[in-house]
Amino acid sequence: MTMIRFEDVSVRYEGAAGPTIRGVDLAVPEGELVLLVGPSGVGKSTLLGTVSGLVPHFTGGTLRGRVTVAGRDTRTHKPRELADVVGTVGQDPLAHFVTDTVEDELAYGMESLGLAPDVMRRRVEETLDLLGLADLRDRPITTLSGGQQQRVAIGSVLTPHPRVLVLDEPTSALDPAAAEEVLAVLQRLVHDLGTTVLMAEHRLERVVQYADQVLLLAAPGEPPLLGDPAEVMAVSPVYPPVVDLGRLAGVTPLPLTVRDARRRTGGLRERLAGVVPGEAAPEGGRSPEAPGGGRPGAPKPPPAEAVAAATGHASRWRRIGRKGRGGGAEVAASNAVKPTGAAPVGAPAARVGGLAVLRGRVEALRRVDFDVSAGETVALMGRNGAGKSTLLSTLVGLLAPASGTVRVGGAVPHRTAPRELIRHVGLVPQEPRDLLYADTVAAECAAADGDADAAPGTCRALVAELLPGIADDTHPRDLSEGQRLALALAIVLAARPPLLLLDEPTRGLDYAAKARLVTILRGLAAEDHAIVLATHDVELAAELAHRVVILAEGEVVADGPTADVVVASPSFAPQVTKILAPQRWLTVTQVRQALRAAEEEGEAP
Amino acid sequence: MAEPAPDRHGPRRRLAPRAHRSNALHPGAWWLWALGLATAASRTTNPLLIGLLIGVAGYVVAARRTSAPWARSYGAFVKLALVVIGIRLVFATVLGSPIPGTHLIVTLPEVPLPDWAQGVRIGGRVTAEGVVFALYDGVRLAGLLICVGAANALASPARLLKSLPGALYEVGVAVVVAMTFAPNLIADVQRLRAARRLRGRPDSGVRGLLQVGMPVLEGALERSVALAAAMDARGFGRTAAVPARVRRTTAVLTLGGLMGVCAGTYGLLTAEGTTYGLPVLGAGLGAALGGLWLGGRRSVRTRYRPDRWGARAWLVAGSGAAVAGLMIAASSSAPEALHPGVVPLIAPALPLLPAAAVLIGLLPAFVAPVPPPAEAPVPARPAKPLRLNAKEKTS
Repeated sequence: MTMIRFEDVSVRYEGAAGPTIRGVDLAVPEGELVLLVGPSGVGKSTLLGTVSGLVPHFTGGTLRGRVTVAGRDTRTHKPRELADVVGTVGQDPLAHFVTDTVEDELAYGMESLGLAPDVMRRRVEETLDLLGLADLRDRPITTLSGGQQQRVAIGSVLTPHPRVLVLDEPTSALDPAAAEEVLAVLQRLVHDLGTTVLMAEHRLERVVQYADQVLLLAAPGEPPLLGDPAEVMAVSPVYPPVVDLGRLAGVTPLPLTVRDARRRTGGLRERLAGVVPGEAAPEGGRSPEAPGGGRPGAPKPPPAEAVAAATGHASRWRRIGRKGRGGGAEVAASNAVKPTGAAPVGAPAARVGGLAVLRGRVEALRRVDFDVSAGETVALMGRNGAGKSTLLSTLVGLLAPASGTVRVGGAVPHRTAPRELIRHVGLVPQEPRDLLYADTVAAECAAADGDADAAPGTCRALVAELLPGIADDTHPRDLSEGQRLALALAIVLAARPPLLLLDEPTRGLDYAAKARLVTILRGLAAEDHAIVLATHDVELAAELAHRVVILAEGEVVADGPTADVVVASPSFAPQVTKILAPQRWLTVTQVRQALRAAEEEGEAP
Repeated sequence: MAEPAPDRHGPRRRLAPRAHRSNALHPGAWWLWALGLATAASRTTNPLLIGLLIGVAGYVVAARRTSAPWARSYGAFVKLALVVIGIRLVFATVLGSPIPGTHLIVTLPEVPLPDWAQGVRIGGRVTAEGVVFALYDGVRLAGLLICVGAANALASPARLLKSLPGALYEVGVAVVVAMTFAPNLIADVQRLRAARRLRGRPDSGVRGLLQVGMPVLEGALERSVALAAAMDARGFGRTAAVPARVRRTTAVLTLGGLMGVCAGTYGLLTAEGTTYGLPVLGAGLGAALGGLWLGGRRSVRTRYRPDRWGARAWLVAGSGAAVAGLMIAASSSAPEALHPGVVPLIAPALPLLPAAAVLIGLLPAFVAPVPPPAEAPVPARPAKPLRLNAKEKTS
């Protein structure tokens, strides 16, 4: 039975040049989990909104065609009249909550629908068990962790027993373990209750294996493609590392799970058996730069400007004095290998010893020892609430240590005047928008130059490099998530801080934007910037970091070279590592270049 | 403020069970108890009695407060009360006091004022009597504030609003949303001021505050829109089809009732209308309530686990009412003990019977369900295999 039917649907917002989505004509059968994929800005959220009726009833704009959900036409039914068949959870669970405790929140939707008290009581108990929330039933929602909040948000729309669940990036803000919790719940709903789930998500490596069908929006205004996940992934501009590796190995149909890939890429493992990834690292201990041609692992058909941008950055950021390189094969191989081998040894950019930080009565950090040297990239990982953001905030002096020492380039952060401090350390916060006050990009840049005492035009030049083709009079609010991040990064870099901190930089970025960010950050590391990333994104850490530091409950529980730390951890290992274990590969880029090097070697002798 | 002692496992546990959702005390009972104490506080200026009342309220709050966010408001009310006392004293010192006094403390330089400001005095004599009178007055106001603060800390505002009649539900939601709006706004301001530091600008000062104003308002607006969308998508505002006849009757009853209330009040307040005032007011109130009840039929909402008014609620509300009633009785039988004189200046004595009456207000600390020990704000999550090769913790 068809649950959701789109009949030649297009949506156009007021003042937009063209329709945001066009020619959507498809049917979603009951009880399927459909994953909506595509680059940023192709109208994924709009498409999801049409199912719950929020588009156009709430957002404005013109909807042509017809969307029917369980036989109800969304043109004649307002969102509140669809509330009993469609449950919607947006990107930010906190914006979704109406009441203050878990149990009340679960009951809220049923109260609105007027269900009988005994039915409500029974369903709340069932849902508490289904989502594993029973211990939290009386807790105020604001005291829950991100994963718990996301589960409460899903539970709150589940209790009225909707037949369709619409989710917009349900795992983006979550650590890998919490994301798995949420996805396990979704799978259980689909399998046990026959709920139809329509979900948009950027982090495909987490979700694609759960999808029954994938709905691809390849470019703005292009009609979507609905089909079998493996088939759609073969043509999709966005894909997870497992698919990338499958394409590299030439496996058809493409593997979607690590298990599948392990079973079907045995040949690849054999071909790689002779090469040891760590060996290929340059002797000099200096990290190799981004190769001139941009990141080879970037999505296959990246937008033209992305390629141009990446190339531009690479040349701009390229370091000259390469040393300690042997023959051609080794150069190629060293290009291939991301800087995991020997971490560069430079001057210490920050030194933290025996640090403890209190937030209210909570010991957010305890006895933390942490160093980062110039030219080194460190990934801070750990669950939500493990103390990653606290450590970054302490390094920029937003929080004062309760005990222990913090030195950033010789300065004590919380005692240094802000104007002086930005010369030592810069932080791009989780929400880059927090750094932006002005109405235009040009004004923002001028202000940044003033703040940093930099020559006028410094920041604008950085913006032009990081974000080519942005007009001076663009309002920062109109930028996409990735563009805003680049603008904030340019503002921070205007003061040329030797230590650069980024908090959760890839949230809401698609693969192309992420690839651009990786190129930029590699260039910066090659210029002897020390970089610390707090991230949940294991693929990003594998791609960039020399070293991974894992925090748990405010303590450092692991600190070592990326390859050593992530290979040993089931939740922090990137997909490529899992697939090619026991060999120690981290990224597809690494594998691809090693294969190419091996081929050249095969031809050359 | 005292935190609930962690080792509260004595015989008190037998009197009152551990609190959970189904035995939760009706928030109205807490409010009645607190209003009873406040009424008692308003009936006396004896600082010893009011001090005792404040102590009673504080003890009950300490014993029965939860770890919920609203429970933290008690501290804010105590601070506000201290500020009120301070302001009252400053005014009495600077602007003078109508109390005649002979015990001169200090003579401030008096500001000469023009003729038209006759009756207003700035500076001049400060007498002990005047200051003591102002202190008593301030303490009474502080007592009232602390009683209200206790009610705020003990009763969940959201649960109180849930007890409103169905027709007023939308109003209740508006209030709840407004109440969550303010803390969010403050959090936004703090975050954005911190972000100013990241751009190398000082994170304090008025200019900093003004500069973050716009982004903060933008953020607040965006959050409101997102919440409205979420509420709509979850069925907020669904209405039942109501026959036109019922709708019209509702409108007539509500409007007619309100007019009746106005006319009745007017009658009560004017000299010649005392005969018809009361009946008209009563009829108006009845009609308005009928309108509300009928209006509730438009709403399809049901209530999930409403708080029940049980024996414990009766005891809590009754203890407050008893304190108020006994204090009113005492103020008519022995007014001088409740209002210690300031001219001549005498030390206030603690009248035993009213003091015993105030102690009845401690009853809730024994009969109200005991909240579970405060949870740590950091949520406990199921342990994941995270500890790796590094430093093994054996503790």
